[in-house]
Amino acid sequence: MEINRIQDEIIDEFSFFEDWMEKYEYIIDLGKGLPLIDASKKDKEHLIKGCQSQVWLDAREEQGKIQFTADSDAVITKGIIALLIRVLSQQQAKDIAESDLYFIDKIGLKEHLSPTRSNGLVSMVKQMKLYALAFQHKT
Amino acid sequence: MDLTAEKITTRPFDAEAIRKEFPILQREMNGKPLVFLDSAASSQKPRAVIEALDHYYEHLNANVHRGVYQLSQEATNAHEHGREVARRFINAASTKEILFTRGTTEGINLVAQCYGRKYLSAGDEILISAMEHHSNIVPWQMVAEQTGAKLTVIPVTEKGELDMEAFHQLLNKRTKIVSIVHVSNTLGTINPVKEIIDAAHAIDVPVLVDGAQATPHMRADVQALDADFYVFSGHKIFGPTGIGLLYGKEAWLEAMPPYHGGGEMIKTVTFEKTTYNELPFKYEAGTPDISGSIAMGVAMDYIDAIGYEAIQRHEQDLLDYATGQLNNIQGIRFIGEAEQKASVISFLIDGTHPYDVGTLLDKLGIAVRTGHHCTQPLMDQYGIPGTVRASFAVYNNREDVDRLVAGVERAARMLR
Repeated sequence: MEINRIQDEIIDEFSFFEDWMEKYEYIIDLGKGLPLIDASKKDKEHLIKGCQSQVWLDAREEQGKIQFTADSDAVITKGIIALLIRVLSQQQAKDIAESDLYFIDKIGLKEHLSPTRSNGLVSMVKQMKLYALAFQHKT
Repeated sequence: MDLTAEKITTRPFDAEAIRKEFPILQREMNGKPLVFLDSAASSQKPRAVIEALDHYYEHLNANVHRGVYQLSQEATNAHEHGREVARRFINAASTKEILFTRGTTEGINLVAQCYGRKYLSAGDEILISAMEHHSNIVPWQMVAEQTGAKLTVIPVTEKGELDMEAFHQLLNKRTKIVSIVHVSNTLGTINPVKEIIDAAHAIDVPVLVDGAQATPHMRADVQALDADFYVFSGHKIFGPTGIGLLYGKEAWLEAMPPYHGGGEMIKTVTFEKTTYNELPFKYEAGTPDISGSIAMGVAMDYIDAIGYEAIQRHEQDLLDYATGQLNNIQGIRFIGEAEQKASVISFLIDGTHPYDVGTLLDKLGIAVRTGHHCTQPLMDQYGIPGTVRASFAVYNNREDVDRLVAGVERAARMLR
């Protein structure tokens, strides 16, 4: 499945980092990149409120594939969002709904997707899968 | 191990010796020696407290207040000695006024429900402040919904102090209770609770003081304050989690209905009618946290042996040093610059998010708190998503501050 190929690619990329500094510098760079969501979507309707950081998520369907855009006010959260979007965006609804996101653990960022961290990421992944389920059953 | 010693021996102040008494501070985090700067959330425990917990389960464990056998008697004595230590610690008139709770939150909920259901009705006002922790907001909102009373809120100034002029205007004959934080967990502000209590008493309004953040740093003398209710948590004063204290004036505790029903809190039970036990047991349904009450007493004795004056001197030095050092960092903004402050520093670094700073500090072995600190209305007032908060206890030292400052500088370089 395409999703797992991208996950393996990311795991491979991260294996070159020598220490946490390099890893986080890379994530921060990803986070500092272009806005990942249209400014008009950064509203209450698209907001996923975490205690620590906030996340905005939008999903649309294009030619049978789902395109996700998202953003966060915290740059590390945003960097991880960039990775999640790289893995899950432009994929089939069914594949997204059934995906197992093992890469987060493998690249040592599991703590950011812990339910107690409350940075909005866990809810975001849940929401992405819910969107996928909804699109899947629409067709 | 004698858990019922009557006298506390004071000791000369030796910061490094004290630090060594906290075993967890030997740990490493992410390969670096732990710098623990989140004591405002929960303090670490000295060996004496850890040993008291062990000792209880190894030598004393039995249910209290009902056993005819010796072990139960010994457990009861140790548990009730914990109550006496607590009475002495806050200078209450009687152990009848010392209720064990699970912590500050439960204490506030207890007063909100027991006082509120009896004395509040539609149109009445509950006066709190804009710097309250959610646990001194939500319980009052709940009882307000039940009774038709409403919350009124003392505003906070830009510096992070209570607007006392506004307080005196908001306090009026519809006010039925004032519930106010002694020391702010987010800002560190020490509030003039004595002035608030005196003003409220002048028109016969009782006052609850949330002392969760005060008791780690200063003596709460409930008689000198003349507080009607004073609540705090064991785990913030070097004691275990799951135990806390509610002080209530005897007259209020007698007048209010109990909170929870069950064993321990009754005198006689028939299916028609139950009569309640005397104070303090009337409010303590069920088996209490026996090891907790004992170990919290040990923690209180630990504080008294060092002495609040010595603790304050040490913490003030760390606060001044840290504020000065952090102030050299470009783009730092302190949230909470009150004249009277406990050793809590909330700050933001321009162009960075607290979550990012906290995440990178963790990688450097430095534990700070980030986020809204359960004071969302206060964050909204400042228009910020949260802060980075470093809080200092007696076991911290200037090296901890140096590591923090270097860590924040490094995080800022990476993030900006």
